[in-house]
Amino acid sequence: MAKISYERPVITKLNTGTMNKFGTRTEFAPVTHIDGVSVKKLIADYGSPCFVISERTIRNTYRNAVRAFKTRYPKVQFAWSYKTNYLNAVCNVFHQEGSWAEVVSIFEYEKALRNGVAGEKIIFNGPDKSEEDLIKAVENNSLIHIDHSDELYMLVEVLGKIKKKARVAIRVNMDTGVYPMWDRFGFNYENGTAWATINKIFAHPELELVGLHCHIGTYMLTAHAYSVATSKLCDLAINVKYRYGKNIEYLDLGGGFASANTLKGSYLQGGDIIPTMDDYAEAITSTILNYGFKMDELPTLFLETGRALIDDAGYLLGSVIAIKRLSDGRRATIMDFGVNLLFTSFWYNHRISPAQEISSQTEDMVLYGPLCMNIDVVRESINLPLLNKGDQVVVHRVGAYNMTQWMQFIQMRPRIVMIGMDGTPHVIREKESLDTMLRYERLPEHLEKIG
Amino acid sequence: MRTEVRTTANMNINKNIAISETGFVFNPLTGDSFNTNRVGQEILRQLQKGASIDDLYKHLTDTFSVDKATAEKDLADFFMVLKSYQILIEV
Ligand SMILES: Cc1ncc(COP(=O)(O)O)c(C=O)c1O
Repeated sequence: MAKISYERPVITKLNTGTMNKFGTRTEFAPVTHIDGVSVKKLIADYGSPCFVISERTIRNTYRNAVRAFKTRYPKVQFAWSYKTNYLNAVCNVFHQEGSWAEVVSIFEYEKALRNGVAGEKIIFNGPDKSEEDLIKAVENNSLIHIDHSDELYMLVEVLGKIKKKARVAIRVNMDTGVYPMWDRFGFNYENGTAWATINKIFAHPELELVGLHCHIGTYMLTAHAYSVATSKLCDLAINVKYRYGKNIEYLDLGGGFASANTLKGSYLQGGDIIPTMDDYAEAITSTILNYGFKMDELPTLFLETGRALIDDAGYLLGSVIAIKRLSDGRRATIMDFGVNLLFTSFWYNHRISPAQEISSQTEDMVLYGPLCMNIDVVRESINLPLLNKGDQVVVHRVGAYNMTQWMQFIQMRPRIVMIGMDGTPHVIREKESLDTMLRYERLPEHLEKIG
Repeated sequence: MRTEVRTTANMNINKNIAISETGFVFNPLTGDSFNTNRVGQEILRQLQKGASIDDLYKHLTDTFSVDKATAEKDLADFFMVLKSYQILIEV
């Protein structure tokens, strides 16, 4: 007689009448394919864990964002926020779609240049620009976004030495009604520092103030904050026009649009509460259009959107290393990926799906990573179908920040694969090896031998 | 009246546990109800009949496509959960 197929015994207590604080999830359907490519095959070919990026999703997401803005406002320019994901393959998809580059270090700046982005299409943000960095940016005619007055004075000094002019903007911080307020970067609007800095810039003919910039925060849950930010930038621009007769060429609203990930502590799924791209676009563009610029003097709208353009396109594939029971009775599942690869699990409850057909039984569990470290918790509590050693899972919406903020800690970093428009997977970053690590180590001679 | 059946050297199952065909389990001792899967139901029924641990392994490996090592590991784990729900009672 054929034996009945086995599934490990489980028993779950039924709680009637109490709300499940983890929210009810019915997303247990297995995700067996990404863009038509089998997850099983991806893991067989590229290893577990491995990151997968969908080129199709990037392009679709980008085109939707462009549509949301361009159908409302005539002059829109996106600049890809390199720090969000600076893999060349990813950057070049955005550049092919027409995006400029937004960088915050000379490392990112040079990466953008090597990717073929013209110097004048690079926005150089951030508090850390050395004299050499500034010279390079000036020579390439890049847009220098000044963060603090030390940078302003250094730039004036540099320009004196090399006898050149620079195209600059200032970063403005402000109260948008969202707290904590990001006042660490740039010049404050409310206390007049931003306006005073603008006046200083106009006192230096070698500086041309072409734009005004802000980045009011990240994962902004209200589109209204952008209306406030936009009107404050518009106010500065109109005052510049009034006082100096100069048209500000662009307003750069930075990044900060939320992706559909669910924040920790949120009872509702991210996708149900975040504003849509159209909501953000409406808030920003209607504010500019109604502000009082002459139609032929409307500034170009720059956007440095990061996570909202790339989160959805990234997946992390992984496998179950072991399952165990904690002393308090909770189920624990140990995965082969942890906070080393999933930096964003510190603030998101990432959606995780099984990658194979599953039982109808589910259980609550804590998901641990492979690091021999207490901090390595991917999900403190998640309800998933029964998982067994070797089972594979797909983590969703991991495209932003993970592939730049990941740590080489205890484990080496795995491959990243991009599935092209025709469904062909391409390795876009090789996995690290012991040699990768040792390449940068040096042993003093007296420590070469240990015995 | 005895309401517990000896299962292992030091654990008894609460005999009044009710198990339905669909895997619905009720513990009259605590008033809690549970849901269990096919293998879980089988184990509870065998325990109610007074099966020993060895009987259980044999029954599981005869009935289901599972090897003894896996059955042992899973049973040990399952017993911990049953204890925490007071379905199994330590004596
Ligand atoms: C100056 C600047 N622009 C854009 C971004 C991208 O932000 P987000 O990913 O929230 O869209 C950041 C991120 O911190 C930033 O600092």
